[in-house]
Amino acid sequence: MSHEHYAALTVFVGLFGLVTALGFVAARWRRADLDQLHEWGLAGRRFGTVVTWFLLGGDLYTAYTFMAVPALVFGAGAIGFFAVPYTIIAYPFVFVVMPRLWSVSHRRGYITGADFVRGRFGSGTLALAVAITGLLATMPYIALQLVGIQVVLGAMGVEGSGWMSDLPLVIAFAILAAYTYQSGLRAPALIAIVKDAVIYVTVIAAVLVVPIRLGGYAKIFDAVPPQKLILTPPGPHDFGQYSAFSSLALGSALALFLYPHSLTGVLSSSGRAVIRRNSALLPAYSFLLALIALLGTMALAAGVDKDPAFSHGFARYGTNFAVPALFLRTFSPSFAGFAFASIAIGALVPAAIMSIAAANLFTRNIYREYLRPDCDGKEEATVAKIASLVVKVGALAFVVLAPQKYAIQLQLLGGVWILQTFPAVVVGLYTRRLHRWALLVGWATGMTVGTTMAYQLHFKGTVYPLHVGPWTISAYAALWALLANLGVAVVLSAILNRAGVDPGIDATDAPDYAGGP
Amino acid sequence: MTSSNPRPRAWLWHLLLLAPFVGTLWVPFYNAIDPRLAGIPYFYWYQLTWIGISAVVTAVVYFATRWPD
Repeated sequence: MSHEHYAALTVFVGLFGLVTALGFVAARWRRADLDQLHEWGLAGRRFGTVVTWFLLGGDLYTAYTFMAVPALVFGAGAIGFFAVPYTIIAYPFVFVVMPRLWSVSHRRGYITGADFVRGRFGSGTLALAVAITGLLATMPYIALQLVGIQVVLGAMGVEGSGWMSDLPLVIAFAILAAYTYQSGLRAPALIAIVKDAVIYVTVIAAVLVVPIRLGGYAKIFDAVPPQKLILTPPGPHDFGQYSAFSSLALGSALALFLYPHSLTGVLSSSGRAVIRRNSALLPAYSFLLALIALLGTMALAAGVDKDPAFSHGFARYGTNFAVPALFLRTFSPSFAGFAFASIAIGALVPAAIMSIAAANLFTRNIYREYLRPDCDGKEEATVAKIASLVVKVGALAFVVLAPQKYAIQLQLLGGVWILQTFPAVVVGLYTRRLHRWALLVGWATGMTVGTTMAYQLHFKGTVYPLHVGPWTISAYAALWALLANLGVAVVLSAILNRAGVDPGIDATDAPDYAGGP
Repeated sequence: MTSSNPRPRAWLWHLLLLAPFVGTLWVPFYNAIDPRLAGIPYFYWYQLTWIGISAVVTAVVYFATRWPD
């Protein structure tokens, strides 16, 4: 390790220490009985507009976003900008849909999407399918937060060989596990404020300083190869990159708030007005994300991958190293340490919320549903705390033991899978005309179609070219799978409803969906 | 206040929320390099602009459909 590395590491460790202290102090914030699951796992549903804004922003924009989006732009060009329309359209959707879910969850004491499905359709099996999908999609997502921390540690020269190489990562995650166990959702909510501050400072510094170094934005875009600057236009028998770009944006936006950690963020707010207000305020993060995507363009223009100083990093971490390399090239060592800390803290907040959400799912929809139906509130909270530890250890073991590319591939699959809960969770908020068994068969169809498509793409991407007559339509596999899922659910519902098959008991009623502050 | 308002007007306001979907998902609107703005190709600044538009649209709908209890 060089002198520069020590300067960067000092700043990094200092900031890490600060958020650790905050994580433990958070247990005393808005003090309540943390032995109740809705207090530990949803912070008592009392977060107002400002805290919810920080929490959701800290939750949705993960370390992987900060690395993968610019990495995609760096590697593939304009198509990577699908992330911008994705976050633009996600919020109008949230504005309309999520207050309904908040209301019914508040009235009926639901803390997960599977809880709602259980009550709405009277089907434990369907709820279990939704819960397992959530767990499957969340685990690799947590693992990817660790990959993010690994890359920035590597950029600061922290990479030994053998088991020692993973020690810093293990320590960082052990600390995270300890304060999540103790403080629950209050810890990431408090840390999210620091996360946002350091990330905004880093990104704004980057978009101001890098163009000065590279001679202005015109020069940056001129240096980008023309085929990467905009999307490939449609040919005679295909839609070029147009259909891939739009379907990635739409599919990702619809999937975003089906993830357990996003629902945890929504349900911990104090009312529907808070959610609606946040839908207008959260685009501030979309702007940040667009700037981060531009960092990929800048790294491309700067040609960081051609610098021999970074050849080791690119060989080890692939295009995920593009942004760290850009920071190392642009910033002083101590500010690079600050920037890397912002990415690492950016990983801790979502990792904590994801593990809490997974713990809520396991406790509510598997443990209490199938293992101990008569457990009391304290036992429920204790099980959730332990589950949050198990989930983190699992993610850590995965990153340490399995090749990094598996985590990334599983994350791609997770996005395809989680969208298959859309008919039960989102359509279910509006209508009960879809039959519970039709939804289950539709879900199984969507999971199968999506997984098969990903398999045929060798788990390297999620844009699947479907051949229809003379046409080739390339679109996000999650959306193809959702179409199959919805098609089966609608047709089968018509048949089952006509045949008079028992639709199950709906534990909710119409006023449940509109009530509350 | 609630959003499931009996007044039919509220529904019309929500239609405004479709604008960001149309504006950003229909790629032929903006898959072009020119006109540039401060050196930034159209493809990029068009999308940046829509972030602002969608925030404003959502805020307008929020205030228009909000009323006292």
